[in-house]
Amino acid sequence: MSERLTIGFLPLVDACLPILAAEHGFAAHEGLELDFVRDVSWATVLDRLLYGHTDAAHLIAPLAIATTLGRGRPAEPLSAPFVLGLNGNAITFTTALADAVGAPVGRLGDPRAIGRALAALAAERRAAGQRLRFGVVHRYSSHNYMLRYWLAACGIAPDHDVEIVTIAPPFAADAIETGEIDGTCVGEPWNSVAVDRGVGRIVLATAQIWRRGVEKVLAMRTARLEERRPAVASLIRAMRLAGEHFVDPANWRANAAILASAKYLDADPQLVLRAISDRLVLSKGQSPIDYPDFMFQYREAANFPWVSQAEWLYSQMVRWDGSAFDSADAALAARVFRPDVYRSALTGTGDQLPGASSKVEGSLKRETAVTAQQGAMVLGGNAFFDGAAFDPDDLEGYLERQINAAVQK
Amino acid sequence: MRIAIVDQNSSRAAVIREGLGAFGDCELFVLTERHGLVARIGEIAPDVVLMDLGNPSRDVLEEYFAVSRAVARPIAMFVDSSDEDSIAASIDAGISAYVVDGLAAQRIRPLLDLAVRRFQAFARLQADLDEAKGKLAEREAIDKAKRILMKSRTLTEPEAYAELRRKAMQSNRRIADIAEAVVTAHELLGDGE
Repeated sequence: MSERLTIGFLPLVDACLPILAAEHGFAAHEGLELDFVRDVSWATVLDRLLYGHTDAAHLIAPLAIATTLGRGRPAEPLSAPFVLGLNGNAITFTTALADAVGAPVGRLGDPRAIGRALAALAAERRAAGQRLRFGVVHRYSSHNYMLRYWLAACGIAPDHDVEIVTIAPPFAADAIETGEIDGTCVGEPWNSVAVDRGVGRIVLATAQIWRRGVEKVLAMRTARLEERRPAVASLIRAMRLAGEHFVDPANWRANAAILASAKYLDADPQLVLRAISDRLVLSKGQSPIDYPDFMFQYREAANFPWVSQAEWLYSQMVRWDGSAFDSADAALAARVFRPDVYRSALTGTGDQLPGASSKVEGSLKRETAVTAQQGAMVLGGNAFFDGAAFDPDDLEGYLERQINAAVQK
Repeated sequence: MRIAIVDQNSSRAAVIREGLGAFGDCELFVLTERHGLVARIGEIAPDVVLMDLGNPSRDVLEEYFAVSRAVARPIAMFVDSSDEDSIAASIDAGISAYVVDGLAAQRIRPLLDLAVRRFQAFARLQADLDEAKGKLAEREAIDKAKRILMKSRTLTEPEAYAELRRKAMQSNRRIADIAEAVVTAHELLGDGE
């Protein structure tokens, strides 16, 4: 008997895996039918999930945690059994700001060098009463946390030295064009849209800030997940196959066309192709550059929901919400990521499964062999650009160091 | 009570405004522009904000409500989950509501119910309009198909129509679908006139 799941999504390239799972028949092969509901704000994606219009959603990972913790609305436990991808976002500055901080033309910048120049400029602008303003897609997004992490590590205090506001992705390019914001951290294809309009330059990829930064997740209400376990397992298997298909260069063009179609992203397939192929055009008229692992959708068990990723996100939520660390909240946040569900869906399929469910994030400078459930697997470098590592067993100490560093400045 | 209606669709906003006009003690503000939305909301200081679920500025507005230092800042209806049915109905209809804390539920409920009904009525109107447009397109396709048949098989107009109808009945399809197929085939194979 065929099972059916309805999935909510925002028109972004990293909604690719469930869409391709349906389009290429991987879901049907599992006896699963998928329906999609497209929305234009995360608030609506979340409302539909909570009120049962959808069974699962493409969601910014921190929002799944914030919802579970009841930040801004009554707590509703969510579960994320699958990470839809790592990174895939970029930081785009207005042409004027990119020039002012000396961002190189034709290649991505160096996060430290740009950060230094930006710190000086931000101080000037603040003194003149005209703080630089950056747009992120949501308060509870990895875009917000990555941008803030980078700024803070470069000695720029978000909310004090600069302003950070929310801008819906479809308006990011507009806001760059009108000077409403000086820069944005947003997913594709929206950076490329700004570049193509000739109003901004991509200066950094978020993968330069954290080489293996957690991005969107597939989120479900925990109660719904438990009711639909067989269907969820089918979906996880289908999305792993979709991931394998997605990263194969032979399929890039076809997949870009599917994702760009009116039903899904309703975007220019050429722009979608840039993100998929890790070949970004950084400023209008330039030829594309190759930046490996700009998006990271499949290798190294990229979709495995590491508990330590959820804990890192919680650390940043405490850091930037200005709330106190709470060990009960930390435990709730950690449980949002569900490696148990991921494992049980893929056990016996021959797919690679890590031996552990948590790791020290940012500790690998280069490719390293780690234990897998069977044999070994290799994880690539996963460093943060400032060299700090996040040990989930020392969440409080990590937070303290970050807060002290900001105070000392 | 000050009510802000945020909707990019100005005709729908007008329909809701008109409906809410029935509440005597309401001051209504309609906002259809994205630019300056947050500043405008700040000036209006509404007690209630109604916003369509399809509005891309929802995240921006929620962020503003979350960080706003205003004493009376509206919060999502969901925060008061005592009225699940009403909220579910509004989500089904496609509206989100933000209400200043402390505003009595019995004052909000009839207002939200009315907004929901107006929203649904608008959706029906839209559906009717789409259907009418679809019918018009079908009529055009049938006329085109008749002309193709009249020309290529030297039939009279009633004969051409009878031919389309015969084929439709035979294959258990709608005349409009057959006409569509004739037009498409003609475009592909014909002289492309």
